[in-house]
Amino acid sequence: MNAILKHRLFWPVAALLALVVINTIARPSFISITVQNGQLYGPLIDILRNSAPLMLVALGMTLVIATRGIDLSVGAIMAVSGAVALTFIAGSDDPNGIPTVIIAVLLGVGVALVLGVWNGFLVAVVGIQPIIATLVLMLAGRGVALLITGGFITTINSEPYKFMAQGYMLGLPFAFYVSVIAIAVVALLERRTALGVLTEAVGINPEASRLAGVRSRGIIWGAYAASGLLAGMAGILYSSNIMAADANAAGLYIELDAILAVVLGGTSLMGGKFSLAGTVVGVFTIQTLKSTITFLGVPPAVSPLFLAVVVVVVVLVQSPRTRGHLLRLVRTVRTDSKAVAS
Amino acid sequence: MSTLTAAPAATASPVIDLVRRFRSRHASWIPVFAALVIFVAMLVGAQAYFGNFLTPRVLSALLLDNAYLLILAVGMTFVILTGGIDLSVGAVMAFTGMMGASLLSQGFPTVVVVPVMIVLGALLGLAVGVLVQFFDVQPFIASLAAMFAARGLAFMVSLSSIKVEDPAILWLQSTRLQGAPGTFYLTPTGILALTVVLIGILVLQYTRFGRTVYAIGGNEQSARLMGLPVVRTKLLVYVISGVCAGLAGVVFTAYTGASYPLTGVGTELDTIAAVVIGGTLLSGGSGFVLGSMIGVFVYGTIKTVISFLGAEQSWTRIIIGVILLVFVVMQRVIVARTGAQRR
Repeated sequence: MNAILKHRLFWPVAALLALVVINTIARPSFISITVQNGQLYGPLIDILRNSAPLMLVALGMTLVIATRGIDLSVGAIMAVSGAVALTFIAGSDDPNGIPTVIIAVLLGVGVALVLGVWNGFLVAVVGIQPIIATLVLMLAGRGVALLITGGFITTINSEPYKFMAQGYMLGLPFAFYVSVIAIAVVALLERRTALGVLTEAVGINPEASRLAGVRSRGIIWGAYAASGLLAGMAGILYSSNIMAADANAAGLYIELDAILAVVLGGTSLMGGKFSLAGTVVGVFTIQTLKSTITFLGVPPAVSPLFLAVVVVVVVLVQSPRTRGHLLRLVRTVRTDSKAVAS
Repeated sequence: MSTLTAAPAATASPVIDLVRRFRSRHASWIPVFAALVIFVAMLVGAQAYFGNFLTPRVLSALLLDNAYLLILAVGMTFVILTGGIDLSVGAVMAFTGMMGASLLSQGFPTVVVVPVMIVLGALLGLAVGVLVQFFDVQPFIASLAAMFAARGLAFMVSLSSIKVEDPAILWLQSTRLQGAPGTFYLTPTGILALTVVLIGILVLQYTRFGRTVYAIGGNEQSARLMGLPVVRTKLLVYVISGVCAGLAGVVFTAYTGASYPLTGVGTELDTIAAVVIGGTLLSGGSGFVLGSMIGVFVYGTIKTVISFLGAEQSWTRIIIGVILLVFVVMQRVIVARTGAQRR
């Protein structure tokens, strides 16, 4: 029992389960899954589907945070990649052709990768603080996206493109597979090779790991490149979901949601040890929370308030100082009860 | 021949010496000068290009259109000088603005509403400070939570915009203090902003509190060991930022004549960008309120030039991003060089 309580995934999973239970009590239909035409429907499936963009972004953010960095530009990168992909499709002769869509996706993701590499260059080579290096792109990126779309919301009609976020495959949303594949690839790279350990080493002490022969520059650079690439994929999914490239709204505040997901999952913002499983749980928690808030009839605009409460509770629970206070409280209560008993 | 070549070298070396000595003594002012040079160059360039840029009307508007940003930047300078960051300022400004407009529309008098707005800002700032100081939460996360909270609260007050018809608030923006037509003019909001800048300068340069702020940014551990009131100062810094955000809420409400819950999305980034362009190091310990003011003016000039050009406002953000990048790289070089000198 104690081992379970001390497991670092205990609190994140407990929070997620608590949310699911509360939701189920409030509306029993929450956990119901119906089958229509061999496809699964239900609030839980919606959460799986809608969490895909955040999942991709949060995975990249986990890697960046593990190196003691932060990537504020992911939302802007999403906007750019969506704008690039949709502008290409809108300008092509055959918007419904599969080759067109594949080229559009590759273009969007490719540009995102370049932006991620640029972030990595600023942080790893030039040596700028991560917050500022990525702030530059956060500011400029949406401007670039607006320029690409010409200041308008580009809308398109393309069935294959629409399929990526809204389509179903083997009964489950296609977007869900995308996030599963992303999780699997990142987990394999980080946990089945030495990369994860090296990343943690860089995050715990960049100077020491460099002296120990770890190529910290390349690892940090790679983390930002991966974050950019994943954000680009998220941008494709987002634009596919609404079938429009909205430079202002795409990925707005997703960097904050992603950071929150990473922190909820138990990864410290101080860098070092990271937990991909924790991030996955964190993303589902946030998405469930958002769905709960919508269900409660709270206007979506007010939902940040609830997220803020969650953030504060989580960071307070994680804070060593609060834990110290709580432990002392528990001990005094115990000794008091013993004194009473004797 | 040798005397001829030696002579100019002899006259040049004291100058170079002087420059070198100045640079080493006032290293922290160099980024401010760089910002000033960019600002002046932009003004001169714009005047040369448009021919009618350096008019009293445009220059007055430069101050008055950015009065709220100037107030926010002063508070942000304090926070960044201690090595922290405050992401909540834009949302707090929106929240206090909404709260103020809502209270005014319910018939509360202005003398009550304005202090309430400032106190609300201070309380949110205090909350951030408490999280940072007593629970070891990173400033980034603590102020992020405050940003979420304030934005949600702003929408809770009202989902749509509230018009402000209070004469005292509107007076702040509509009164023009002008000697003669066609000359520079000021509004009470502009005077308010300049007063905040002045107070910021005085507090940072001439009070014990101000020196403690620099000391914490330089090295918090040392400041603690020196017996400086680190806890109190760090709390106060976030309260100051909150107060500035509340005041900016008043000014922005007067400026637009209405409050809208989506006001100031991204303003925190504009504020941080202005402070950094003004030469304040994000790692803390080095920077000036005066520099932040120049940073705000650089930002405002870019906005004005782009509207003069009739170009897409999206260029503002791109250019700000590029300038920010140039300044950050420049700071990086300066820090590396002074670090090498010390060794």
